[in-house]
Amino acid sequence: MSKEPLFSAKNLKLITGPIGSQNPITTQVLGICSALAVTAKLEPAIVMSISVIAVLVFANLIISLIRNSIPSRIRIIVQLVIVAALVILVDQILKAFAYDVSRQLSVFVGLIITNCILMGRLEAFALGNKPWPSVLDAVGNGAGYGLILIIVAFFRELFGSGTLTLPGLGELQVIPQVFYDWGYVNNGFMILPPMALIVLGIIIWVQRSRNKELIES
Amino acid sequence: MNKQGNAYTFIYAAVMVVVVAALLAFVSQALKPRQERNEMVAKKIDILQSIKVAATSADAEQKYEEVIGAHSYIVDFSGNKVEGVAFDVDLAVELRKPAEERLYPVYEAHLEGGEVKYILQLRGAGLWGPIWGYVSVNSDGNSIYGATFGHKGETPGLGAEIENDGFQDQFVGKQIFDNGTLKSIAVVKGGGSAGNVHQVDAVSGGTITSQGLENMLGDFFKGYESFLKNLERASHE
Repeated sequence: MSKEPLFSAKNLKLITGPIGSQNPITTQVLGICSALAVTAKLEPAIVMSISVIAVLVFANLIISLIRNSIPSRIRIIVQLVIVAALVILVDQILKAFAYDVSRQLSVFVGLIITNCILMGRLEAFALGNKPWPSVLDAVGNGAGYGLILIIVAFFRELFGSGTLTLPGLGELQVIPQVFYDWGYVNNGFMILPPMALIVLGIIIWVQRSRNKELIES
Repeated sequence: MNKQGNAYTFIYAAVMVVVVAALLAFVSQALKPRQERNEMVAKKIDILQSIKVAATSADAEQKYEEVIGAHSYIVDFSGNKVEGVAFDVDLAVELRKPAEERLYPVYEAHLEGGEVKYILQLRGAGLWGPIWGYVSVNSDGNSIYGATFGHKGETPGLGAEIENDGFQDQFVGKQIFDNGTLKSIAVVKGGGSAGNVHQVDAVSGGTITSQGLENMLGDFFKGYESFLKNLERASHE
């Protein structure tokens, strides 16, 4: 059997699928809770995305490496322990190196454990596949999750606060002061959780109307 | 070895837990100094915020030095100064003692123009965990100059709103004493009347957090009562 190239068409599809038509948030509707909670500003959304990608990649990799040794009766417990350990690591690292952001994310870093995307990928993919495809699958799903989070956060912060907060750059005033002088007012509703759901709904609507595969007969 | 057998399953679980625990303990120890430094800076930001001095993690230590510096001390229940470093007092520990035996830290802020504000440190219980705050009092020992509150894990959007400026700004100008007797400040559901100097509006949907905050205020104003009365007396002289 000839060795499969690292980025074969099949492997690449593991990354592009979840970003597009197999997106965990817009198509599978998983991980909604955190998508509502951390998207009022751009920076926490970016940090949350990176955290989820990190946890997902390592969890998928570890589970895939030990998949043949896990006793099937306690496999969910094993998955939980590994995800929980990784999440605590991320939380500790954020507290040490990005304290302000960790304060903003507060309980939501801990809640990565309960993010359905994680358990879903571990059960559905990592338990039955080799390490390398598992890593790609994790990157794809994490990126798909992060992409939606960042899009939602972008619109919510832009229209809700008139600013964009980027890691390392701080809060940037995007809507110029002149607009406010002319009578423009920030939409305070954008900062509240319901608007995350509405923005998300619009994204799903746009995606479904453009992607024929997703249209239900 | 039979991978579905009980022995294998037990050994597997035990080994996994020990390995994971060791790893987490190691990381926690390694990162502790950095985390403690961050917490110290965050505490200084909170203290500064209660006197409306905006600080970031970059300039908090410098601003703290300028405004407060060494002007902090500990008072006891009777309002007398006691030995010790105010910044190192852990209210979580003090809270377990009876009110009469606690140590109460005071931070004196010297603002531009020579005004002096007295920052009191508070701690209590919210719904899910501890809540805390810093209340700065004018030199009359009665009216509030500013307040800031924090929490460990109150519900975002509900109890966690005590952290927001909108809630905290309500405390400005409120009074702790009513004609010399301690009255504290009530956190009223459905909105306190605007002119009442002993009421603020509670957080909607955060009843238990609001209640906890009210208890915390009452508890600690009681603790600082003698100190505040001494301030009031001094301001008449």
